[in-house]
Amino acid sequence: MKDSLIRLHNISKSFGNTLVLDELELDIRENEFLTLLGPSGCGKTTTLRIIGGFEMPDTGQVIFDGRDITNVPANQRNLNTVFQKYALFQHMNVEENISFGLKIRGKSRNYIRDKISYALKLVNLEGYEKRKPSSLSGGQQQRIAIARAIVNEPRVLLLDEPLGALDLKLRQDMQYELMRLKEELGITFVYVTHDQEEALTMSDTVVVMNQGYIQQMGSPEDIYNEPENAFVADFIGDSNILDGIMIEDRLVEILGVRFDCVDTGFGRNRPVDVVIRPEDVVLKEPGVGNLDGEVTSVIFKGVHYEMDVMAAGYEWLVHSTFCYPVGTKVSISVIPFNIQIMNKPESEDEKAVTFDD
Amino acid sequence: MTDNRRLWSGPYIIWSAGFILLPLLMVIYYGMTNGDGSFTWDNLAAFADPIHYRAFINSVVIAFGSTLFCLLLAYPLALILGRRKGKNTDILIMIFIIPMWINFLLRILALQMILSNTGILNALLEFLGLAPVHLMYSRTAIMIGMVYDYLPFMILPIYNAIRKIDQDVIEAAGDLGADGLTILTRIILPLSVPGVISGIIMVFIPSISEFVVADILGGSKILLYGNVIDQEFNLSSNWNLGSGLSIVLMLFIFASMAIMNKTGSGEEDMVSW
Repeated sequence: MKDSLIRLHNISKSFGNTLVLDELELDIRENEFLTLLGPSGCGKTTTLRIIGGFEMPDTGQVIFDGRDITNVPANQRNLNTVFQKYALFQHMNVEENISFGLKIRGKSRNYIRDKISYALKLVNLEGYEKRKPSSLSGGQQQRIAIARAIVNEPRVLLLDEPLGALDLKLRQDMQYELMRLKEELGITFVYVTHDQEEALTMSDTVVVMNQGYIQQMGSPEDIYNEPENAFVADFIGDSNILDGIMIEDRLVEILGVRFDCVDTGFGRNRPVDVVIRPEDVVLKEPGVGNLDGEVTSVIFKGVHYEMDVMAAGYEWLVHSTFCYPVGTKVSISVIPFNIQIMNKPESEDEKAVTFDD
Repeated sequence: MTDNRRLWSGPYIIWSAGFILLPLLMVIYYGMTNGDGSFTWDNLAAFADPIHYRAFINSVVIAFGSTLFCLLLAYPLALILGRRKGKNTDILIMIFIIPMWINFLLRILALQMILSNTGILNALLEFLGLAPVHLMYSRTAIMIGMVYDYLPFMILPIYNAIRKIDQDVIEAAGDLGADGLTILTRIILPLSVPGVISGIIMVFIPSISEFVVADILGGSKILLYGNVIDQEFNLSSNWNLGSGLSIVLMLFIFASMAIMNKTGSGEEDMVSW
């Protein structure tokens, strides 16, 4: 990639006998909000720690702005990290925490003072200079941790599940705050999370990881609408994942019924995975759609109703703004564009995909 | 429920009253009266007797020296063990604690065997062709004995304080550009101050009232304040004078603790001691 700021090339890492990353290749562009997303143990944090210089890869290179920094220690890299549990220096006040990196770099007193007030303004905590971290709330502490990192003007900010310890409402507020910060600073953010909603909301690029492999990389829309395999489909949002047979181009058989679709190039009579998002399942009068069924459960979710529909031996997950009471006979139909066809896993690598949740 | 809880605290109240409060009151009573039981300051004023305050200064010097040496020996060790990643740390800590399970007198007597003029140390020096050293019955011998005895009490609280420092915090300092020395002086040292204070207290207080080590390793040549008190109670049977001198020592310890706590008052949570 032409404008790559960080390139991870052929990175492998094991802890004991556990292979955490396997020949990982990743390019991070300048001024990008890139999120590493995956379940715990997928290698996302290890990837971040390798970029930050806290872990050494067993093989491979870390290229930063054209320079190989694989062996450069963390304290000499032009990037800063925001840790999940804030990692503030409890024996220092807010001001001393923020100025820690600047003092090490020997900046002048005036410069440091200006930077502190600039950073505190940026994170909306003006007037907190003399407070001790222990007197601040979790959200405030995390903002101080962010301020402490960005005063050093890093080219890249690494964020390791920074909102993981905060409650839901605060987490959502902080998501917008982080996006605003990213805009104002104009630097690259590399963000690690296991929260798919967080990843979709904030990122320019989402990298879905599992078992040490990158499963898919793309814009949030691509990841959501065009999952490349069953793991990504399952991990990002709810979905109906069904076994299907690709009869021919633009025609797939699911649960013994043929559906029109838009995918081509899978060959004839080939077993495939089919993903249909719950909001793409359309319920109609019995006999009208492709499959007849019966509503078995209804839950009101605020924006929509979440229903289970038993049809052809499969329990379909359906989101709809209309409520069909339990026991209602319905039929299921899906417009061709919303049927997502994926190859069945072939290699051992892809078989590593599991459905934990 | 409340009554139940109060019942549980009964044994502790009896214990505190019988073994802490009552003896303390008795010491104060004896210290402030003479043989007839009438009030006097004489026993406290006896501190000014040259024999007494010289013994006191001896004690302070040796306690201060032992504490300092304990600190100098314990800190690097606690640092290495505390920052060690891996499973064997517990075993290493055990190695330093095991001597504490052996009888105190036995340890000091063993040390006497090592340090005496015809002891193991000099035999070793002779074997190496070096001149023998005369350590016994000196301040040095007493201090070696005390450092040997009280070192674990310095190691443990410092080790615990360093162990408590989150790895994230160390990494954050490195991330912000700090090298190893800066991390040690700006992060680990300040954050381990509560442990250091606990260690100092746990070594200094027993050292300053120590007399058994001085008896065995110092012979009768070096008189510590603890020896003076011991003699007043056990040889002269002068409980009043012994109590009076004890009160002075207690006041000194209270004053030093107050100063120590003020020094460490910047820290939010002291490691309990």
